[in-house]
Amino acid sequence: MKLDPKQYNKMVRRAAPRSPVLKDCLWAFFVGGTICLLGEGLRNLYLIWYDQELAGTLTSISLIFLAAVCTMLGWYQKLGAKAGAGSLVPITGFANSVVSPAVEFKAEGWVTGVGARIFAIAGPVIAFGTLASWVWGFLYWAMNKG
Amino acid sequence: MAIRKEDTIIFARPPVVAAWAAVGGKREGEGPLGDAFDHLVKDSSFAAEGCKSWEGAESLLQQKCTALCLRKAGISRKEMDLAFAGDLQAQCTASNYTMRQLGMPYAGVYGACSTMAETLGLAACFAAAGYARQTLALTSSHFCAAERQFRTPLDYGGKRTPTAQWTATAAGACLIRPDGAGVPVLSVTFGRVRDLEIRDINNMGAAMMPAAASTILAYFSATSAGPEDFDAILTGDLGEVGSQLLHEEMNRQGCPLPNHRDCGCLLYDITRQHVKAGGSGAGCSAAVLCTLVLPRLRSGEWKRVLFLSTGALMSQTTYLQGESIPGIAHAVELGCSVEEKEGAK
Repeated sequence: MKLDPKQYNKMVRRAAPRSPVLKDCLWAFFVGGTICLLGEGLRNLYLIWYDQELAGTLTSISLIFLAAVCTMLGWYQKLGAKAGAGSLVPITGFANSVVSPAVEFKAEGWVTGVGARIFAIAGPVIAFGTLASWVWGFLYWAMNKG
Repeated sequence: MAIRKEDTIIFARPPVVAAWAAVGGKREGEGPLGDAFDHLVKDSSFAAEGCKSWEGAESLLQQKCTALCLRKAGISRKEMDLAFAGDLQAQCTASNYTMRQLGMPYAGVYGACSTMAETLGLAACFAAAGYARQTLALTSSHFCAAERQFRTPLDYGGKRTPTAQWTATAAGACLIRPDGAGVPVLSVTFGRVRDLEIRDINNMGAAMMPAAASTILAYFSATSAGPEDFDAILTGDLGEVGSQLLHEEMNRQGCPLPNHRDCGCLLYDITRQHVKAGGSGAGCSAAVLCTLVLPRLRSGEWKRVLFLSTGALMSQTTYLQGESIPGIAHAVELGCSVEEKEGAK
């Protein structure tokens, strides 16, 4: 009566508790929404003094700065543990994914630790983001030709 | 001499666990076994001691634990004949640096979360064979050191799946002697690797369960003992998911385990402490052994226990290469305290 992998896989799927999808979605929606609302608020504030383009750039810089500070204080991790994609997808999540390895691997030195591993999480996003923009750039060029 | 039956080594003259100690972190102190720890560290980074890395912090956790264990036994580290020590870090880093400080004859052991039963089993064999009079079995894990090695940076805001387990920040140390007062080690069963192709690194309980079931059945087959002969059958860190699977599998094998308990579910209050499916890590079963199992056997509250530690033997490399997770489980059979037995006669 030995278990085989297929049978066991079924058993494991039955035994594993499911993620509370509705609760997770609500958390993600409200936290993600709040981060975007904060961004919109900041943009409107900057629009008082600057033009559209500069206000947008300043908003991004401000959000990245805030996320970096929250990461270093250990707050972003606590938020992320609840909000999931809500705090992962906005630009603040990207900042968190760069700052957290920088903090973590400082113990291994500035070059071999921080420098080498700062993009350990964000690296694939940058690599494949660049590839995607190359593909779309080519398609855009081809469509304009035609 | 010891008798070997199938995979089980049965000691004719059982060696004893003469002394033990457990050290835990903040979350372990807040758990149901919190009061039973010999020492709880408030700051698991040991910043006050000038420690700059989590690897170093785990080594300090081990050193504190060893010092407490030896103090309870009333011996100095210079009198030690041998130490079996292990932890979760690659190359057994924490143990190596601990032994640099302690200077004992040392054999490093890696069995992932199965290390406590593995070191205890090896120490008992060496003691019973007369190779060493004072043997240390030392095991630890540190949440922060394990996270940075196996998962993501500590400050990364990711979400854990419900099947994920929490690596304990804890160390356990046992001093084993060939005879004298203490809790006797009656037999040892070293497990065989079992792999039913679980690839989810966030479901270690499921990956380790087949090994736990296999070792328990191997032990029962060799000794013709059954679950009813034990006050408790403990597994290392299957957590809630792995424990449920173990019950399902043992029922299927016609050998239900009503007195089964899992160290991963005992170390923390799962409903309150946000550890998802329970505790894990080499220090998890080590801490439960030294705070719950051995004290109960000494007091006579329990008479006979089968203690298993379960390990998931993947590495970060094989996991990324798509390999499945091999599991292992070692069992140590413990009896009730020697003095207690004599008193009963």
